[in-house]
Amino acid sequence: MNNLLKLFQSNISVINVGLPSFADDLKKQGVPVVTLDWRPPAGGNTKLLGLLDKVKRHQAKLGY
Amino acid sequence: MLITSEVKKLPGVENVVVGMGTDYNLDSLKRLHLFQPEMSKATPSDLMLCVQAKDEKIADELLKTAEKMLTAKKSKTGRGEESKPHTLEKAFQGAPESNVVLISVPGAFDAREAEFALRHDKHVMMFSDNVSIEEELHLKELACKKGLLLMGPDCGTAIINNVPLAFANQVRRGPIGLVAASGTGLQEVTSIIHTLGSGISQAIGVGGRDLSEKVGGLMTILAVKALAHDDATKVLVLISKPPAETTLMKLYKELQNVKKPVVIYFIGADPRVIETEGHTAAANLEDAAIKACKLADVKKAGPLMPAKEIDGLAKKHSVKGKYLRALYSGGTLCDEAQRLLLSPLKEIHSNTPIKGARELKDVYQSKGHVILDLGDDLFTRGKAHPMIDPSYRQERLIQECSDPDTGLIILDVVLGYGSHLDMAGAMCEAIRQAGAKGKRRPVIAATICGTAEDLQGYEKQKQTLEEAGVVVFPSNVSLVKFVQATLTREAKK
Repeated sequence: MNNLLKLFQSNISVINVGLPSFADDLKKQGVPVVTLDWRPPAGGNTKLLGLLDKVKRHQAKLGY
Repeated sequence: MLITSEVKKLPGVENVVVGMGTDYNLDSLKRLHLFQPEMSKATPSDLMLCVQAKDEKIADELLKTAEKMLTAKKSKTGRGEESKPHTLEKAFQGAPESNVVLISVPGAFDAREAEFALRHDKHVMMFSDNVSIEEELHLKELACKKGLLLMGPDCGTAIINNVPLAFANQVRRGPIGLVAASGTGLQEVTSIIHTLGSGISQAIGVGGRDLSEKVGGLMTILAVKALAHDDATKVLVLISKPPAETTLMKLYKELQNVKKPVVIYFIGADPRVIETEGHTAAANLEDAAIKACKLADVKKAGPLMPAKEIDGLAKKHSVKGKYLRALYSGGTLCDEAQRLLLSPLKEIHSNTPIKGARELKDVYQSKGHVILDLGDDLFTRGKAHPMIDPSYRQERLIQECSDPDTGLIILDVVLGYGSHLDMAGAMCEAIRQAGAKGKRRPVIAATICGTAEDLQGYEKQKQTLEEAGVVVFPSNVSLVKFVQATLTREAKK
């Protein structure tokens, strides 16, 4: 809950993943926003994505 | 696609469809008599431009204009902009101060992005809705462990630190903190609170399933705990469909620790139970706003339109057809209209029927009293939401005007960030088209959900509607009371 109370006292800064109009609206309000040029990871291949995630988890365990 | 509504405004055009070759869009073309045999080859990755015009020359011109609009958009976003990160990892490196991630990407990927953001200590708002309840539970458990917000999935509205996120209205800061499992419900209540003179500390959307048995109200409880400790929040408002019994017990137990007044509107729930628990029960969305304002800082808060004025307007308008046709873009407003009208109108049909209402068998063809949620998946597959793209609602409005059984048409105009910049103008254009086609004119009434500070201009939208002969109401409840007064009076004749 402390993280949430901290948010209530902070300036909002947004990362927008998806509809660009949401980012445009935030910019109009002067809210800092970074828009991701989002593309489906692994070219949208969910099987390949699962394998990549597995590799990442393994790397994290090994401290990479 | 928004381009559809832009091209429709051009002279000589009768109908336009711009969309991907999805099954839904192909079916829509058949329904609109625009389908051509060669279109059967279209796939979901093909873009279709279909134009029906007075003659071939105009149609050719319109196609060229539509093509220009499409390429113009592409070059606008493709040039002169700084390079954008492709992944959240890169975005966090470039903007380590970021604290909220707003996700609206297709299902299958949204939960993955949300988890990544939570693991990097960011609060998340998920507009995307294609997330299984198991994934939702997993994400919310992770969020709670870290004390982070996971608003959603399917969360369209939030106001955090006076910043409207996605579909939300411009409201002043104030002492009322809200937690809601309802998007347009949150928009309606926050807007009315603003209009009544009070303001919002935080408005937290939690997604429609948060108070289900499986999710157990994880995010509602976290948000309630935080608002209870937040010095800027003096009154809490909770809005949701009736929670699952086990979740409700957990929530009531949590609320025992809250030393601030709590207003609860659990749509369709028994208010006596809420009062027994020591909280303030609201009868509808407007009532929730009024009661919260009274408990906070506006002691004289009352209905935005007095009952006398509503009755006066109802007496001025007599309807010729027997039935109501309600074309809502907001799901909770549609739900509220059904609840308030089910008893006086006795039989209601809807694509999203509440208990006691009937399911409309063919959602594209009205029968009897009909209250539609045009933002429901059935109508939005492969297209933008009706708060953004007015094209299907315009088509349906013209269709309802031509039905001799239609006596009264009602609709909502939702203002604020995310919404269409001139929904009133778009609806009036359809009213004019219906008139030009010589179709009989039923009584048309609307509610505007929004504030005087919204970018569309509340008064301007109101004036546009009134100039087209639309009766305008400041809340959904006042609109529904007008419907009740008008139709029950006609029935007695």
